[in-house]
Amino acid sequence: MSKDNSKYLVEGRTGKWEVVIGLEVHAQVSSNSKLFSGSSTKFGAEPNTQVSLVDSAFPGMLPVINEFCVQQAIKTGLGLNAKINSYSVFDRKNYFYADLPQGYQISQYKNPIVGEGEVNLDLLSGSKKVGIERLHLEQDAGKSIHDLDPSNTFVDLNRSGVALMEIVSKPELSSPEEVNAYVKKLRSIMRYLGTCDGNMQEGSLRADVNVSVRKEGEKSLGTRCEIKNVNSIKFMQMAIDYEAKRQVDLLESGESINQETRLFDIKKNETRSMRSKEDAHDYRYFPDPDLLPLNLEKGLIEKIKKELPELPDQKKVRFIKDYSLSPYEANVLVSEKEVAAYFEEVIISADKKLATNWIIGDLFASLNEKNISISESPIKAKQMANLINSISSGLISGRAAKEVFEIMKETGGDPVKIIDEKGLKQKSDPKELETIIDKILADNKEKVDQYKSGKDKLFGFFVGQVMKISEGTANPQLVNDILKKKLK
Amino acid sequence: MTDLTKNSLNENVNLIRQKKIKSEELTLAFVENIKKGKKLNSFITECNDAAIASAKNFDKKPNFDGLLPGIPIAVKDLFCTNAVKTTAASKMLENFVPTYESTVTGNLWSEGAFLLGKLNCDEYAMGSSNETSFFGNVINPIKENTVPGGSSGGSASALAADLTPATIGTDTGGSIRQPASFTGTVGLKPTYGLCSRWGIVAFASSLDQAGPMTKTVSDCALMLEAMVGFDPKDSTSINKKKENYSKNLSQNIKGLKIGIPKEYRVDGMPKEIDDLWEKGKKFLKEEGAEIIDISLPHTEYALPTYYIVAPAEASSNLARYDGVKYGYRSSKGANLIEMYEHTRSEAFGDEVKRRILIGTYVLSSGYYDAYYLKAQKVRQLIKNDFDSAFNNVDAILTPSTPSATFKIGEKKDDPISMYLNDIFTVPTNLAGIPAMSVPAGYDKNNLPLGLQLIGKPLGEQTLLNIAYVIESKSNLKQNISKWWEK
Repeated sequence: MSKDNSKYLVEGRTGKWEVVIGLEVHAQVSSNSKLFSGSSTKFGAEPNTQVSLVDSAFPGMLPVINEFCVQQAIKTGLGLNAKINSYSVFDRKNYFYADLPQGYQISQYKNPIVGEGEVNLDLLSGSKKVGIERLHLEQDAGKSIHDLDPSNTFVDLNRSGVALMEIVSKPELSSPEEVNAYVKKLRSIMRYLGTCDGNMQEGSLRADVNVSVRKEGEKSLGTRCEIKNVNSIKFMQMAIDYEAKRQVDLLESGESINQETRLFDIKKNETRSMRSKEDAHDYRYFPDPDLLPLNLEKGLIEKIKKELPELPDQKKVRFIKDYSLSPYEANVLVSEKEVAAYFEEVIISADKKLATNWIIGDLFASLNEKNISISESPIKAKQMANLINSISSGLISGRAAKEVFEIMKETGGDPVKIIDEKGLKQKSDPKELETIIDKILADNKEKVDQYKSGKDKLFGFFVGQVMKISEGTANPQLVNDILKKKLK
Repeated sequence: MTDLTKNSLNENVNLIRQKKIKSEELTLAFVENIKKGKKLNSFITECNDAAIASAKNFDKKPNFDGLLPGIPIAVKDLFCTNAVKTTAASKMLENFVPTYESTVTGNLWSEGAFLLGKLNCDEYAMGSSNETSFFGNVINPIKENTVPGGSSGGSASALAADLTPATIGTDTGGSIRQPASFTGTVGLKPTYGLCSRWGIVAFASSLDQAGPMTKTVSDCALMLEAMVGFDPKDSTSINKKKENYSKNLSQNIKGLKIGIPKEYRVDGMPKEIDDLWEKGKKFLKEEGAEIIDISLPHTEYALPTYYIVAPAEASSNLARYDGVKYGYRSSKGANLIEMYEHTRSEAFGDEVKRRILIGTYVLSSGYYDAYYLKAQKVRQLIKNDFDSAFNNVDAILTPSTPSATFKIGEKKDDPISMYLNDIFTVPTNLAGIPAMSVPAGYDKNNLPLGLQLIGKPLGEQTLLNIAYVIESKSNLKQNISKWWEK
């Protein structure tokens, strides 16, 4: 495989192949209750404790739409720059499975609530727009648990009926890197909007990945395979890598691709056939007669539009313009709403450039190390600003600041206090420094002579001596200035 | 002493209100009849003891605020009743006990009534003769060996035989009106959405509608008033103010325009039905109504349309009966799919299976457009027929059924001939408009026949008033010999 000029191509025996990828992302709507019932959606509850008669499909039970979930879908659609359909229809997707109590999933088929839109990706090679085909609302199924008993399957219906948004991209992604950027961008937008928490470990965000390959430069699409239900970006990338290679191998050895549904086996790092097109379910979609078509109230879309928060793309533009950040820095800082808010809180009182470097550098490293989010950071924005201000004002040196930061990230303490306690305050009194320097020069007459006769490297020795005696608290700039003057 | 069970519902309500009888006395009289009426097989579950206890409770602290104070009522076994077995007349739900109460029955109970028992019907309300019930067929008290109609056959039979003072059924394609017609009783299918469907075992969601079945038209008005009401738990429920059907019941139909659709005169219809129709027109004319010939051109497509739409919805509605969560589960089968197959093969009857197969077929890819989608389009045309007719008329008069009741077993193995029973009743379900059957005469074998009145959306009051005229003018005396008690 080669990645020349940032283009992702699969190197085959007969030439180079492009990969065409489309994603169906299933994003759990952030809402307290399910799409058609009042049951709680809280993650991690005891099995079958968040199940109503509607969720378990008792005779005579009827669905009633949760209007909050509808608003969340509209919000998300607006965040994807998409067309909102004021008329949409809920359909039944019929199939039998033990964790599907109704024997059908209520979804939207021909008339989804959100139509075409687009998402802007920021890639190393520049930016790229990826088309959104549609977004529709649907119910999640329950969970079948096969590994608790050798001969029985257990069913947990807590998830049954939880609202999902299925976001379908156009087949416009062409590399694992783009898929990474796309999913992260979707997640970022939805988290800004508060419409999906994007938590992949809890299954709030998962995707079906459609992959096909074609000879480089070819226009028509190849036969695709769908890799079902992949629940991490890393696995999506691994699955695409494997699947693209598999398809190229098949085509190059004269075989054809079967349109089929495949599963990604994490342990073996390979995709496996799940069912062929011939075995595909006939879902017998038809409009759910228990629900009237969804006609959005006049003015609802406008109202939601007005309440939209600033989204990552807009924020990025503003950060570049207002704070003179580089596009890269802006990207990193806006990718998460909480990071952007942290940054903006820090720079209320602190220097922008230093704040950017400290947040993207030391702070992110410490968060990664502890595997926590910025909201869980022991160093609050105010303290971060205090630390940065201590540097700007010359109270401490950059080196001392690192030392303070190390303490802060463990204790979350006040940097000013830490500086005091540890005596890290910079010695910036020229008279005090001159006294120290005079003594050092007097004690090292020989070296002073050598320096004066051209051994420039000895300058570092004198600086080191000053630092040693001042226990690192001497203001390095001042030390330099004084030394240079005295050694003339 | 007079037999309280022969009274109309209104008469018994008045006797209780006037404290001339106690609820217990009334309940015991019906319980006595139920015990003697087992031959009719109209009950699946009797609630005799519980009903007597409820009656005693009422008498201890009588509350006359409701419309149905201290009245015992048996209901079709399609309504889920809290802590009382609800079977839909299927082996699938033979032992199913809901933990919830349907909105409609709940409404009756909050008007002061209480449950007397659960009435037999066709399995999942699929049938026109009450011969598809897992609990055996129901007999028409009118005559031995005849069917009571269906699917609300148990309701019609129990009502006509004085086993319940009034009852409720569900009507998907005629399941209230056809049995009412076959048993000489009154039955009304309200406008779609007037009665909540919450807690009623679903057959075809876009057609199902609960309604009253009573001995008289004024009883019908009273029961309707007690049943209806907006229900936020049913997304198709109509949000409107409750009407006072009883108080507004009147025989003043002067100036009303009554449409007579030519398409309802079908080949092979007995002459008595034609005569009855003429008689009906005469009654209404005498009271000052204007009779107008109209056309509902798509009527002939109603039955085939119905037998696509209803099975399609049913095939999906019945998918939940899979042996996983509640109801019957076969002990056979090595895996999930086999368990499904055995469960559904063993617990569904032939008619239910037939409709699931038809419904699955018409929704299948490749057939959807030709069947389901086309049927939806025709359904709209049928609705348009009624809409344009109602630009010129206030109500439509037709026969309720193309024949009187028939012998048990006569049509059981001939689904087409069975389905033809609903030819006059299905169009209104497809259009979602109200319709009722009122007894108007007899055929040559002295079997009851009904006339059907079809109204505008929410035109129930008009229908009741016209029916009130027909009832009073035909002045029929229900004469049932109670042969089953012998």
